Amino acid sequence: MEILGTQAPDPAGLGPAGETGPDPREPQRVDPWTDAALVAALIAVDPAGLGGVCIKALPGPARDAWLAMLRDLLPDSAPLRRVPLHVTDERLLGGLDLAATLHAGRPVAERGVLVEADGGVVVLAMAERLTPSFAAKVGLVIDQGAVRVERDGIAALTATRFGVVALDESVGPDEAPPDALLDRLAFLMELEGLRQRDIGEALHDRDEVIAARERLAAVTISDESLEALCGAAMAMGVASLRAPTFALRVARAAAALDRRDTVEQDDLTLAARLVLAPRATRMPPPPPPPPEDEEEQEEEPPPPDDGEDERDQQDDEDKPLEDRIVDAAQAAIPANLLARLMAAAERRRRTGILGRSGEQRKALTRGRPIGSRRGDPRGGARLALIETLRAAAPWQPLRRAEVNLWADTGRSPPRVLVRKDDFRVTRFKKRSQATIIFVVDASGSSAIARLGEAKGAVELLLADCYARRDQVALIAFRGKGAETLLPPTRSLARAKKRLAGFPGGGGTPLAAGIEAAHMMAEVARTRGETPSVVILTDGRANVTLEGIGGRARAEEEAKGAAQSLKAIGVATLLVDTSLRPAPKAQALAETMGATYMPLPRADARALSTAARDAARTAE
Amino acid sequence: MALAFPFSAIVGQDEMKMALLIAAVDQGVGGVMVFGDRGTGKSTAVRALAALLPPMSVVKGCRFNGDPKSHQDYCATTCEVRAAIDGGAEMETEDAPVPVVDLPLGATEDRVVGALDLERALTQGEKAFEPGLLARAHRGFLYIDEVNLLEDHLVDLLLDVAASGENVVEREGLSVRHPAKFVLVGSGNPEEGELRPQLLDRFGLAVEVTTPKDLETRVEVVKRRDAFERDPRGFLAAWNQREAGEALRIREARDRVQEVEVPDDVLNTVAKLCMTLGTDGLRGELTVIRAARALAALEGDVEVDERHVRKVAAMALRHRLRRDPLDESGSTVRVERAVGEVLGAEA
Repeated sequence: MEILGTQAPDPAGLGPAGETGPDPREPQRVDPWTDAALVAALIAVDPAGLGGVCIKALPGPARDAWLAMLRDLLPDSAPLRRVPLHVTDERLLGGLDLAATLHAGRPVAERGVLVEADGGVVVLAMAERLTPSFAAKVGLVIDQGAVRVERDGIAALTATRFGVVALDESVGPDEAPPDALLDRLAFLMELEGLRQRDIGEALHDRDEVIAARERLAAVTISDESLEALCGAAMAMGVASLRAPTFALRVARAAAALDRRDTVEQDDLTLAARLVLAPRATRMPPPPPPPPEDEEEQEEEPPPPDDGEDERDQQDDEDKPLEDRIVDAAQAAIPANLLARLMAAAERRRRTGILGRSGEQRKALTRGRPIGSRRGDPRGGARLALIETLRAAAPWQPLRRAEVNLWADTGRSPPRVLVRKDDFRVTRFKKRSQATIIFVVDASGSSAIARLGEAKGAVELLLADCYARRDQVALIAFRGKGAETLLPPTRSLARAKKRLAGFPGGGGTPLAAGIEAAHMMAEVARTRGETPSVVILTDGRANVTLEGIGGRARAEEEAKGAAQSLKAIGVATLLVDTSLRPAPKAQALAETMGATYMPLPRADARALSTAARDAARTAE
Repeated sequence: MALAFPFSAIVGQDEMKMALLIAAVDQGVGGVMVFGDRGTGKSTAVRALAALLPPMSVVKGCRFNGDPKSHQDYCATTCEVRAAIDGGAEMETEDAPVPVVDLPLGATEDRVVGALDLERALTQGEKAFEPGLLARAHRGFLYIDEVNLLEDHLVDLLLDVAASGENVVEREGLSVRHPAKFVLVGSGNPEEGELRPQLLDRFGLAVEVTTPKDLETRVEVVKRRDAFERDPRGFLAAWNQREAGEALRIREARDRVQEVEVPDDVLNTVAKLCMTLGTDGLRGELTVIRAARALAALEGDVEVDERHVRKVAAMALRHRLRRDPLDESGSTVRVERAVGEVLGAEA
């Protein structure tokens, strides 16, 4: 496979021409289009076995060209189905085919897109916006090789095997397709920054793909190779066991494409580069320094073709297979590995918020469906077809008999007689997510011992929020300003950890704390949530918004902040953390229209009730 | 349909396998919740279990998996077979596989609880009850993959039925109640969403699975998976003997489990263990004892001893540490610590 050695036109400054300058030790990067073309061919050979690919790219010529290439490579019999983002479960998985049901007068099942795509490829648009629950549903089908439908009176298990092309159009580090989906795809590919002139030809044609498909089952792999792939995965810190399995299948498919019956080293390095490297969570540990390493450093990068071979041959003699694979893959490990990992961790930290807000906006009528009611399917209400049919069903013989009485008009009566009374519309329970924002005074005046108690109180409340499935957010203020310890989340453990780790001491920038809560509450509201604020403080402000000391000014500002918080009408609870109920805190509570509660009297139950009441008044 | 990977061929994941086997031996132990990383074979293990379960005796024709022993006293209000037998017909029984029913995430409520039989309503204009998944799972297992992503209204419904062992349907003018006792088996990745504490409570055992870290195990997993996928039939044939052995072990343990003795000192130890951990109520204690007894039966012992308690303590108790619902990371560690305190360090 000579592609390993091809000279790379520079993809968006990643290569030697980039700012960092050439690293002579770094193996040549492979032209991204070459890899993309390979990925397309490999998927065409074994769509279901390889799971598919996630393509990170904005819509554009590169992506379109790639998809067209894939379509060309797939045999005619292999379907390619696009699935829009907000596909209903019915369309996705299948359900009752109403038209056919009405026509036939008996339940007729409808095939979902996933069944229609059997033997081919499913294209998921805007994969970065898919919900975890969507990913889980598709994942289940992929894992089982079948769709299990238990919907609307239909129970069926239909075999289907397909590959997935997930189109990831995320721009910032905030978005990414659900991990559960990515774990089930062999390839994670980037076509970003590819320009028109980078787009090349396919490397294979459909006949080659078809030949490879036939050959695939016969391709063998040695145990040594398999172990080397697993070892390479470990060396790069790839935890999932699906990854080495995919690498194995990619190696097989690559061998089949190359008209061979055994997997060779090139197939392995290719698999490691395409499957393992993009998932690397660490750079592989450097091999024990071989003497020739230094020579290489001095050498200019060898001329592509022979150089690569030469090095391979050199390596062959004294390096274990696994290391050779790792070496080859290393260049493909994303350059900004650390930054990516951090972004991923951050995303995971916040998936709660992003995922949910997306889901909430999905439907015209919001909330979760809680059955149906009799009603008129107009004015935005959604007709509950099945329930409607069900309502109509029992009356059919009766109605038919009635119709027959005056059926001499020559028209045959409809199979199913639905009347207005039968109409059912879906009922949604509009329960907006409660978000409780805790603002903790961690200043010195709040006395360290009291801070411990305040933390304890917050923990109690957190446990309570958990039971009610509320979101919580944490803001702490001390020293010069306020800090958001945790954006709204449902994860208690996280909230607790962040809270426990936050040190106390310093001044009391109360106004900054209140303002931070104010802002967060407004953001929560724009997301359609119902925020409420719980402030734990002794009310003794002594640091201004600018972060300088000054009691009078600080208190004035705190008062102002309290007033503006009151103005937005968010339910607020002020827990006074001073040793004895302090008039200052009480006054502040009044200013912000908060329920006042001194901590000394606040046992667990009282606190939790107060917080809940505060939240309720907001609704 | 795709064949299921054999249970005995699953590499490692001993705690998960043990929990499932215990639930298979003594269904009264309560459900099993499997938490863990992606791609660790959680659902593979659950689906594989089905093949190992000895068949159960059911009333022929009963759509609610009626138990011949209790069928006439207690079956669905709409059970036609019961009506027929009451009318003088002979009860016939047959062996049927223990159901392992999948509840997929996209399921709708009507299919879960059962609803009006659309087919009969449409074609014959009759009101008839079509049993749902809960009826199908009666006396067997109900498996929910990614249970933490299950919609809230379905969770509520499950909680209710799992608690009462009975499914009551009142809709479309239908009024049906039928027994629905099943072992709830759930799996999920905690990263993707949290499980409601009430639902977690319904699980007798909770296990955590992680991706194996050593190369040898990982290679073996990939190898077996690959061998299975390339030749499922051949693979199954190769593991047939082991599977049969495992099935036999379950069957024998089931026959024996009620005779396994639990000596007083073990009861005391378990009580002490639960006190040390501060678990609420008796459920934790009972679960430890039942699980230990099932394990003893599986291992061919006639009496429960400390070894069994030690092995099942974590899975029976780790999700019941209610005192500090915030301290989720350390629950396994806490149980282990308590076991060390009460039982002494492992010999």
